[in-house]
Amino acid sequence: MAPQNQSQPSQNDLPYVLILKPPPSFVIFGDHFFNSAKFQFLKAYESPLRLPQFLLAHAQSVQAVLSSGGAPVTADTIRLLPNLRLVVTTSQGLNHIDLSECRLRGISVAGAGTIFSADCADSVVALLIDVLRKVSAANRFVKQGLWSSQGDYPLGSKLGVKRVGIVGLGSIGSEVAKRLEAFGCTISYNSRNKKPLVPYTFYPNARELAANCDALIICCALTDETHHLINKQVLSALGKDGVIINIARGPIIDEKELVRCLIEGEIRGAGLDVFEHEPDVPSELFALDNVVMSPHNAVFTRESFEDLRKVVVGNLEAFFSIEPLLTPVVLDDQPHFPG
Amino acid sequence: MEHHYNNNHHHENCHPSVLVLGPPPVLRVFLDRFSRKFHLLKAWESPLPLDQFLISNAQSVQAILCSGATPVNAELIGQLPLLRLVVTDSSGLNYIDLYECQERGIAVTNAGNVYANDVADMAVGLLINVLRKISAADRYLRNGVWPVIGTYPLGSKLGGKRVGIVGLGTIGSKIAKRLEGFGCSISYNSKKEKPSVSYPFYSDICELAANSDALIVCCALTDKTRHMINKEVFSALGKDGVIVNVGRGPIIDEKEMVRCLVKGEISGAGLDVFENEPDVPKELLALDNVIVSPHRAAFTPESFEEVFNIVMGNLEAFFSNRPLLTPVLKI
Repeated sequence: MAPQNQSQPSQNDLPYVLILKPPPSFVIFGDHFFNSAKFQFLKAYESPLRLPQFLLAHAQSVQAVLSSGGAPVTADTIRLLPNLRLVVTTSQGLNHIDLSECRLRGISVAGAGTIFSADCADSVVALLIDVLRKVSAANRFVKQGLWSSQGDYPLGSKLGVKRVGIVGLGSIGSEVAKRLEAFGCTISYNSRNKKPLVPYTFYPNARELAANCDALIICCALTDETHHLINKQVLSALGKDGVIINIARGPIIDEKELVRCLIEGEIRGAGLDVFEHEPDVPSELFALDNVVMSPHNAVFTRESFEDLRKVVVGNLEAFFSIEPLLTPVVLDDQPHFPG
Repeated sequence: MEHHYNNNHHHENCHPSVLVLGPPPVLRVFLDRFSRKFHLLKAWESPLPLDQFLISNAQSVQAILCSGATPVNAELIGQLPLLRLVVTDSSGLNYIDLYECQERGIAVTNAGNVYANDVADMAVGLLINVLRKISAADRYLRNGVWPVIGTYPLGSKLGGKRVGIVGLGTIGSKIAKRLEGFGCSISYNSKKEKPSVSYPFYSDICELAANSDALIVCCALTDKTRHMINKEVFSALGKDGVIVNVGRGPIIDEKEMVRCLVKGEISGAGLDVFENEPDVPKELLALDNVIVSPHRAAFTPESFEEVFNIVMGNLEAFFSNRPLLTPVLKI
């Protein structure tokens, strides 16, 4: 009997879902994480072939791709997949998918929906309290034995009186607002569009929002419009008592300018889960006590990964059963995302 | 001639005297502003031993300003025959002999609820920090290493966690309200059940621990609450459980807590207070799942300003025979 040739379809009739690079879930939990009886995975990263060759050889019949931040779906990739009808991503962010190309070709996109919004919002509050009340800095101080020898560490600042400005009042921004209201903060926001049913004050641009708040929280998507949205003018408007928290995407902030402001004391502090050139973090930040950093893991909780598993598998199974997707992305009103 | 009074005598005539054994935090910050209104008898600055200082200087003193570091016990009260008012800048009162004050008709005022919001904010901050490993991740990054996915432990989601509040007073209630916004479910243990509150009440602290993923200690330190959080409670809390303490160090059996943390019998701790401040058990210094804070959950510049106003307000009211702002006893 002829040995099974890898370039022939498997004996198995299950449809293929193409994966270009293993998503974080695979790395953390193993590559069975999204297993289903309704489909199987075609893992490009396990092939010795370079991607274009691999796609030409194996992926012509592929209808669905499972993407993640580290495995972008570009126009070039899409063009090599003539039967592509669906892109599912494991992230809530969509900036790594060429949505224009998908819209052009009638390819559906499904993301993580809002399953990560609570964890992101919790991270925002944690980072904000940490920066304002110097939790990590004082923790370091005490653990170095300095409470006994040197006495008190400088005080932080009260949270409840702070005016909080949210950039991007989507699902995550709304969850942030809800939490911070319980602490007594007043909320204002800037968004692509004013939201008439929302009780918070709207500002038409980030600079005006920054001028009227003490804590600026970045919760928006990364698009052509929001790239370096937080620039010198906005940071200057935020001012030396202001704090900035970013759990969205690094490039929304002009990082070089942010670092300069932090070093010069032109803003009070920052809480950052994301950076412009991950995994590189500006080393000037390591010496600063008014900065709290995390390695782009604001959504990495055990519980959220389980929610993700259900949503990813659910979307793929729905697609192959010709049922409605669980968390479809509406492509018509998406802004242009950077390639 | 006109100026036959020396400066001190003139000063004493203008400003009422207030005895201070050792400077409370609010005094250290606002000493100038206090000195403009009151003549401070600063026992800590005198070379005399305290007993002698009191005999020489404080026999006619009517008011004392104290804090946790300078307890007001029966013996001290006995040395101040004209004492009528004890003012403290803290909310806690465990270091004042309230019984003796009540017996002698001495009024006591505290900081009221001024600190409650700041303490509640810190308690929530410590809880999220421990569950989501915020300080641990920050420390990791500061070493210049971005953790490879899969090598760094995942955090634990806050929403859905059962939080047990030990002491549902003003601070406990504020903590509860904040955590509800994160999707936590709240239950509590208190001296007495509170009928106006909808959270489940557990009269037994072990039962509260057994039904919680996180315990937040925010009650007062009394004879009943000393070492209330003990081996049994930690065992009931279990190896996935987290403890936060913004009350007083001695409410927790610290030695037992350290043992549990070192052995992994509970999952983490956020601690603002300790049994022997400023000493923190050295085993905790190396643990990434323990966040320590140098007893400042209450302290922000904003709360200090408010407390200063309350302390001054109480002293001014007393010396002008007006009602006290934050009396603690019914005299």
